[in-house]
Amino acid sequence: MANVAEANPAPHTGGHSWTRWLVVVVPYVWLILFFVAPFLIILKISFSDTAISIPPYTPVFEGFGAIGDFFSQLDFENYIFLTEDPLYIWSYLSSLRIAAISTLLLLLIGYPMALAMARAPTSIRPTLVMLVILPFWTSFLIRVYAWIGILKPDGLLTLALQTIGLMGPDQQVQIFRTDYAVFIGIVYSYLPFMVLPLYSALEKMDNSLLEAASDLGCPPWKAFWKITFPLSLPGVIAGSMICFIPITGEFVIPDLLGGADTLMIGKTLWTEFFGNRDWPLASAVAVILLIMLVVPIMIFQNQQKKVV
Amino acid sequence: MKIRLFSLAAVLATTAIVSSAMAQEKVVHVYNWSDYIDESILADFTKETGIKVVYDVFDSNDLVETKLLAGGSGYDVVVPTAPFLARQIQAGVFQKLDKSKLPNMTNLWPLVSERLAKYDPGNEYAINYMWGTTGIGYNVDKVKAALGDVPIDSWDVLFKPENAEKLKSCGINILDASDETFAIAMNYIGKDPDSKQTADLEAGGDVYKAIRPFVKTFNASAYIDELANGDSCISIGWSGDILQAKTRAEEAGNGVKVEFVIPKEGTYMWFDNLAIPADAKNVDEAHAFINYLMKPEVIAKATDYVQYANGNLASQQFIDKEVLDNPSVYPPEAVVNKLFTISPYGPREQRVLNRVWTQIKTGS
Repeated sequence: MANVAEANPAPHTGGHSWTRWLVVVVPYVWLILFFVAPFLIILKISFSDTAISIPPYTPVFEGFGAIGDFFSQLDFENYIFLTEDPLYIWSYLSSLRIAAISTLLLLLIGYPMALAMARAPTSIRPTLVMLVILPFWTSFLIRVYAWIGILKPDGLLTLALQTIGLMGPDQQVQIFRTDYAVFIGIVYSYLPFMVLPLYSALEKMDNSLLEAASDLGCPPWKAFWKITFPLSLPGVIAGSMICFIPITGEFVIPDLLGGADTLMIGKTLWTEFFGNRDWPLASAVAVILLIMLVVPIMIFQNQQKKVV
Repeated sequence: MKIRLFSLAAVLATTAIVSSAMAQEKVVHVYNWSDYIDESILADFTKETGIKVVYDVFDSNDLVETKLLAGGSGYDVVVPTAPFLARQIQAGVFQKLDKSKLPNMTNLWPLVSERLAKYDPGNEYAINYMWGTTGIGYNVDKVKAALGDVPIDSWDVLFKPENAEKLKSCGINILDASDETFAIAMNYIGKDPDSKQTADLEAGGDVYKAIRPFVKTFNASAYIDELANGDSCISIGWSGDILQAKTRAEEAGNGVKVEFVIPKEGTYMWFDNLAIPADAKNVDEAHAFINYLMKPEVIAKATDYVQYANGNLASQQFIDKEVLDNPSVYPPEAVVNKLFTISPYGPREQRVLNRVWTQIKTGS
């Protein structure tokens, strides 16, 4: 890449600053190599047909000589199929619902945590941040498995409730393999991703604003809604996006904690890919998922720019 | 800078030496089902042949097939189940076996090889490793408490909604392997278990839809423990898995008595087979490994351990009497004749099947 940069110095930055040019180019190369290129491959597979072969779809790109033939075999059949069977629409909607509820729960739990951390004495803040990050030292998969041990009917939760007498010896907690277990697992796993951006937004806040409000007779709760919350909005948006997007496509948590009737697009995708061995349809499902998540973000960002 | 370059070169040189040394060492990469071999067999093989075994495990045919179809799996010996094997042969995943390198083939059981030929015509690509049945595993006391003192010898126990309703409270699991469960249901309602007609598949699905409100879980591995510790009381499951649940319950001494039954209507007979991927790098070593597993004493040891029947007739004199005489492992001939096999599903049929299966599982 360095050679290319040297050979074509960007005229407006001046010949001496090819390093600056490099700084701009590297992220784009990264983006093209690791996002655009894989996406185009997935897009191509989504226009293909399944086949019993290696790889399990057709046509396969065989050089530029047969390129006309190659393109003529691509079609929208898989996308049409997605609209014909309500399974896919239900899966998308159900995933969005679970992601939306989870994100809301994360905000409700994460915000007070972040606020408390930001208001804590400066000396103990690094320790608090450390405590939030600490669970990452253990594998994500193991932490989700641990929840099985807690939530299953004869698990730790039942035992604890029976011990303190809130539950009779014959009663058992019926949470495992329901949507509730999925919510618990998701909120637990994603909490750090919500708390950290909120904390960094709240920590930067100028406390003199709150003092001024208080001096002028504004009650604390009103000061919170008028000052603290609006100023933390970038953190709220960043945290919500970082959580909402991966939760929508979540597979591991619903698979391990959810019931057979927990419908999420990640599980549907798994069945298409592994159960039906239908890579083209699985790719189409993935492309739609991506569009569903990326387009609203782009619209949102455009609007933000206009506002600023 | 020079020093750094030098050390880099040193590192590269060492890596080159190490990797060439590794290339000289003979290895075979084996991909088998989890908990499916007595591990001492692998050590013995290395001792006898000097070939190192890199052993990797899986727990679903779907996963294996996806890896094989993506190509470049890196394995030399893979153990797919028969209907999957047939499709994979068609896709060109495997290479033909060089039978001159497999002298121990004379030990094989013609009955099993014949049935396997349905999937691998002429037995050109695969050697049977283990075979078994898909039947009912149940908790003797709990089922008796729910249903009364009735003989447990028919699919009626599970597929009749009035029975399933009574069993609901003690926990029903259905094996999450759609190809087998549909074949069993179609056979139960008197249709051809190998039918691929949409109407037949849907009729098979209706058997499960009728009992769906009473089913607690659909899984293909956790049910072993659930049966063993009493979390569930009845499950469709693989013979060896349920016998493992029985052993685990006995070892735990928790008073749970697990039994396996092959229902009288007949059930599905499956075969797990050794095959060599077309792009395997250690073809000679793969043949050596397969040949070693066909030694009667060796495969008998594996059968004793996993409690599945093997496709090796000569091994039967070395198998534990208890295992060989167990009708759940080696069913008597009359029962074997009731067992059926199914051919692989085509892509469209597979879709119908999994669509109906998803409907059943999600209760929609």
